[in-house]
Amino acid sequence: MKRKQRNGYLLAGGILAGFLAAVILLGLFWTPYDPAAMSVGPKLAGPSLLHPMGTDNFGRDILSRVMQGAGTTCTIALATVAIGAVAGTLIGALTGYFGGLVDEVLMRVGDALTAFPSILLALVVISLLGPGKKYNVVVALGLVFIPSFARVTRTAFASLRDVNYVKSARLMGASPWRILVVHMLPNTTSVLLPALTIGFNNAVLAEASMSFLGIGVTPPDASLGYMLSEAQSMLTTAPWYAVATGGTIVLLVFSVGLLGEGLQRRDKGVA
Amino acid sequence: MKYAAKRIAMLLVTMVIVSLLAFVAFDLISGDPATAMLGTAATPEKVAALRAELGLDRPLLVRYGEWLVGFFTGNLGISYSYGQPVWELISSKVLVTLVLSLMSFVLIVAVSIPLGLRSAVGGGKLEGVRDGVRTVINQLCMAVPPFFTGILLSWLFGTVLHWFIHGQFPGFAHDPLGSLGYLLFAAISLAIPRIAMTTRMLRGTIREELQKDYVRTAISRGNDRKGVLRRHVLKNSLVVTVTFLAQTMAEIVAGSIVVEQVFAIPGLGRMLVASISSRDYPTVQAIVVILAFWVVLAGTVADLINQRIDPRLRLGGRPV
Repeated sequence: MKRKQRNGYLLAGGILAGFLAAVILLGLFWTPYDPAAMSVGPKLAGPSLLHPMGTDNFGRDILSRVMQGAGTTCTIALATVAIGAVAGTLIGALTGYFGGLVDEVLMRVGDALTAFPSILLALVVISLLGPGKKYNVVVALGLVFIPSFARVTRTAFASLRDVNYVKSARLMGASPWRILVVHMLPNTTSVLLPALTIGFNNAVLAEASMSFLGIGVTPPDASLGYMLSEAQSMLTTAPWYAVATGGTIVLLVFSVGLLGEGLQRRDKGVA
Repeated sequence: MKYAAKRIAMLLVTMVIVSLLAFVAFDLISGDPATAMLGTAATPEKVAALRAELGLDRPLLVRYGEWLVGFFTGNLGISYSYGQPVWELISSKVLVTLVLSLMSFVLIVAVSIPLGLRSAVGGGKLEGVRDGVRTVINQLCMAVPPFFTGILLSWLFGTVLHWFIHGQFPGFAHDPLGSLGYLLFAAISLAIPRIAMTTRMLRGTIREELQKDYVRTAISRGNDRKGVLRRHVLKNSLVVTVTFLAQTMAEIVAGSIVVEQVFAIPGLGRMLVASISSRDYPTVQAIVVILAFWVVLAGTVADLINQRIDPRLRLGGRPV
């Protein structure tokens, strides 16, 4: 009974996320219409068989645009999480394992930084780097996500520091590097994997917010957030545009959220 | 008292550090405002004259000191894009954002605390099913970005039902009640994901507390469940909750930046976005520092409340 329930979240999240991932991957190579081409259909047409999500005021196919926009959003989110996770894990592992003054100082700085909402920090970094560029969004969000990853991994590594198998590896003369990567890292996945899903979701939402504000991804690149701001301006004439883009964001975050929930429950062993 | 004094001193130090960082960062990045303000009319002599007039030819720390004094006396410098004092531009907007954030905060507390309590105490035959439903709804609410809710709400209540006119914020001086009504929809869209998170946090914290030995002991000694919950469990969960709510306050302020844009609310967030786009650094700097102070202040208030609740914190210990 319990076992079945635990896997339910993983399964549902996995199926939903897998489906979305397949559509988005497909969108990188093929979309029903050219996402940027105008007048591929009638203007402001509601959902139909030819245009499942309708068209916008330029007669662009919204499904094609959503597929492409979701691709941009996911690419940025993945890149952001990669920066945050790799740098954060490295810092967290080293400070958690070695401890000492550096650990103390870095964690204080991290605490101070995580007290600030990520969007606010990212906005500051963006305004320093220059608004409206795709790579700046990735850099800004990636930097902002480092402290939270560092904090999570530090706790995990610090708790493993004096475990017997780590002690024996040390006695056998294994180098710190080997201990960290071979012995400790695989045992922190129960913390790392849920942190990755949460980080991904935060990145999707943060990117969407910034692009919605017009200081994240800007044309010719399209992301879901930017498209939603476009959709808001045609809310009265083409409400399906907002529903399609906003709904895609919700589905994306929801599916990864379910995955994270499933991972957390599996590792805790409690429902 | 000693603790409070120490904490307030820490707050001041943090504020100085935060504002210094913001000042230096924007000073480094913004290049020469004199050249920017003069635009194409810039000649070396004119630039030098304007720099002297703006006081830019003096050392960084001196200018920071002046800026900080100015910050507390309402002199935040001149906006590059409007040529007006920054304080004049943002003073009316501070109140709007403050009210929006507080409304949202009240909503979050009022909805999520009863919900969290109920879901934590719940049990019985269908607990497995209910937990599943709850988790799915919870994840769904967390997945809805406030700006999407905002668009849907403004479409439903603005365009369809005409309860408010999108883009026409009445202003507190003109129509206080109407303004509150206008802000309510923004506050709701801001609150939904945070309500989900707070409920979830409460449930987790209380559940964890209920597993502890003292609860079992108390119940095995004949105390009734409700009494134990009220007297011990809730009290012990309070510190975590207060800390979480302080973080929530910070997140709301950040979220208001986006939601103000959706509802065309003339608040700090909207001003911030506009000035980032136009690279109006004095304005960006002032708003960033105000928002940062807000965040730091929320954290300090939470700490002060917590040391009232938990005497261990007063003695310099850490919550268990």
